[in-house]
Amino acid sequence: MKYVDEFRDGRLARALAAEIGRASQEKESYRLMEFCGGHTHAIARYGLEDLLPGNVRMIHGPGCPVCVLPMGRMDDAIAIARQPGTILCVYGDLMRVPGSQGASLWKARAAGADVRMVYAPQDVLSIAEAHPGREVVFFAIGFETTTPPTALLAKEARARGLPNLSIFCNHVMTPPAMRGILAADALIDGFVGPSHVSTIIGAAPYEEFSGPSGRPVVIAGFEPVDVLQAILMLIRQLNEGRSEVENQYKRAVGRMGNQRALELMDEVFCIRESFEWRGLGFLPASARALRPEFAEFDAERRFATPGLRASDNPACECAAILRGQKQPRECKLFGGACTPETPMGSCMVSSEGACAAHWTYGRFREEALA
Amino acid sequence: MCLAIPARVVAVNGMAGAVEISGVRRTVSFALIDPPEIGDYVLVHVGNALAKIDEAEAQRTLDALSEIAEAFDRAPVK
Amino acid sequence: MAKDRRPRLDIKRGAIDLSHGAGGRATAQLIEEVFAPAFGASGGGDDFAAIELNAGRVVVSTDGHVVSPLFFPGGDIGALAVNGTINDVAMAGARPLYLTAAFIIEEGFPLSELARIAQSMGRAAKAANVRIVTGDTKVVERGKGDGVFIATTGIGVAPLNVAVSGANIRPGDSVIVSGSIGDHGIAIMALREGLSFEAEIISDTAPLHGLVEAMFASGAEIRALRDPTRGGLAAVLNEFAQQSGVGFRIEEAAVPVKPAVSGACELLGLDPFNVACEGRLVAVCAASDAERLLAAMRAHALGREAAIIGGAVEDAHRFVQMKTAIGGNRIVAWLSGEQLPRIC
Repeated sequence: MKYVDEFRDGRLARALAAEIGRASQEKESYRLMEFCGGHTHAIARYGLEDLLPGNVRMIHGPGCPVCVLPMGRMDDAIAIARQPGTILCVYGDLMRVPGSQGASLWKARAAGADVRMVYAPQDVLSIAEAHPGREVVFFAIGFETTTPPTALLAKEARARGLPNLSIFCNHVMTPPAMRGILAADALIDGFVGPSHVSTIIGAAPYEEFSGPSGRPVVIAGFEPVDVLQAILMLIRQLNEGRSEVENQYKRAVGRMGNQRALELMDEVFCIRESFEWRGLGFLPASARALRPEFAEFDAERRFATPGLRASDNPACECAAILRGQKQPRECKLFGGACTPETPMGSCMVSSEGACAAHWTYGRFREEALA
Repeated sequence: MCLAIPARVVAVNGMAGAVEISGVRRTVSFALIDPPEIGDYVLVHVGNALAKIDEAEAQRTLDALSEIAEAFDRAPVK
Repeated sequence: MAKDRRPRLDIKRGAIDLSHGAGGRATAQLIEEVFAPAFGASGGGDDFAAIELNAGRVVVSTDGHVVSPLFFPGGDIGALAVNGTINDVAMAGARPLYLTAAFIIEEGFPLSELARIAQSMGRAAKAANVRIVTGDTKVVERGKGDGVFIATTGIGVAPLNVAVSGANIRPGDSVIVSGSIGDHGIAIMALREGLSFEAEIISDTAPLHGLVEAMFASGAEIRALRDPTRGGLAAVLNEFAQQSGVGFRIEEAAVPVKPAVSGACELLGLDPFNVACEGRLVAVCAASDAERLLAAMRAHALGREAAIIGGAVEDAHRFVQMKTAIGGNRIVAWLSGEQLPRIC
């Protein structure tokens, strides 16, 4: 696979690991957060941490839209799915995410709700056209990478005059979350910036984090060699006392991002005043909603939903883990009450959460230490 | 987030078309990018092309990485 | 006695109705005109088959088949059912001899498709030198089935001195996989509603007993055999680890995956290790016999791409650990449910 295999090359990885080993001798510790859940997954799935020296630690950020979706919002989606005649269209990632009392879309489907997995938002159009007498709802989640495709769906639905299609919008935003993490006294020295969010928003939005009281940000490609190179660039910035935005993923990311996608998002969505992030609490201006001009496609206007907040188990340490203050194994629930099959908090809910990634791919390291 | 994969454009019909990766074809929408040409590489996420891969930049990145690897081969540490 | 002038079934345009499952003349006609010719049986009329078996250990295995779609590149539910059960019997080191087949058919199912499936089963059985000797037919109301479900039971005989089991594995043993993984699951997913793409991948469904016989004939000391169907290679390795109380250390680079399967998995966010195969097996053998066993497998048509992928180790935690392409390590996890495609 071109532009994939080259960036998974073992020889390049080893050479970068050696450089990182050399460069990281200057400071006692480097605490780097990879914001994006896809990066968390890649790091775990390739065992990248085995190539890093002991004083370079990766802290796994909240860039996983499934993980940070509040349980109350999942309850709302399940309520929509349970309405007779409704077809709820979702990405596969959402099927097993628990709402309150262990409910899930998977279980709702088993009990007779019509919940269908789609690969692309455009698939929802065909379903709506094929079932004119039924309400077809798209459960939209994701960061800025996934938001423009939902915008296309809304526009196309309007162009085709589909009265039975609506969108349950849970799109969230990256820079506000990074701000939220830093504001909460996080022990983080630098960020590995997300690959594909940056394709859309560009490198410019991260510049707010530059400067003396900020943190270096290096935007990294998706493959393990990309991540290693970005880590090296971050270590060099920290050694040199710099705090800038650098771009390791120049083959896909420019400074201004994808203008067309940005305009499209702006046309269809406005920014919510505040939105709850599971594990992080309420963050201002951190999520999107459909604009009034697209109100007819807003599932929250069309359906009555419980709209309740559901709180996590008080012993859940996700909030501290997401800020790099604790590690998964320091949470009392980890591996016992809380496993990928029975997730108690956001970090375990999807395979990209810090705790899930550690459990699924990396917990042998603990056992080796024990 | 998010899973996006580079794929080669094999068909273009206005704002839609098809890409191929290792012999797997899929229809995609090009509505989010400038119309690509057959043979271009694009990043695909949930059935949509998000960006065209800048092949010159990709080569520059690989060249820089190659240099690091060659230096390592000549004088490996550990 | 008056000759029964019942008209023949309209296979081209007819459909199953509830009477075909009621056990009366309609059922008998279905057997006579669809199943018996396809299976090469004479439809003796009894509800049982009496067979004689040679000395040895009798192995029996049963399976339900609910695959959807029913027809896919490389096969159909019928071939899958026959080959799947042949393989279960073969994984015990036994020669499969006889099969039974029970059909649960949805009212309205086209006779043409049923005939096609039956013929596919007959061909698969014949190719494997196995006879379908008895079966059953039931019909459920429209909407209560997915077209057709098939349950097959297979009977075979293993030599008394052959004893393979997932519990026999010892630290140091080698692990060999017979060919590329994930072909069947991806071929199916390519057709499923909601995941629309054209892949040049066909299901690998195949009967493996010939390969297994060649493997035993090599003289290698085989500890365990299993075919990675539901749950994929990850499930088999984790099952073995639990049964034998060992761990595994495997090399990602050594596991064969077809480029198209890799590409499809990348597009969908799937891990080939969790994707089903239907014509592959995993063998664990004494390390000293690994090369010999590998050669015997590669000499067989269904083992051309066989590869040694790693070995068993002492591990109280029974982890299946893998060295990744870049030299790091990770666990090959045992999924609790079906793997779902990811966008993140």
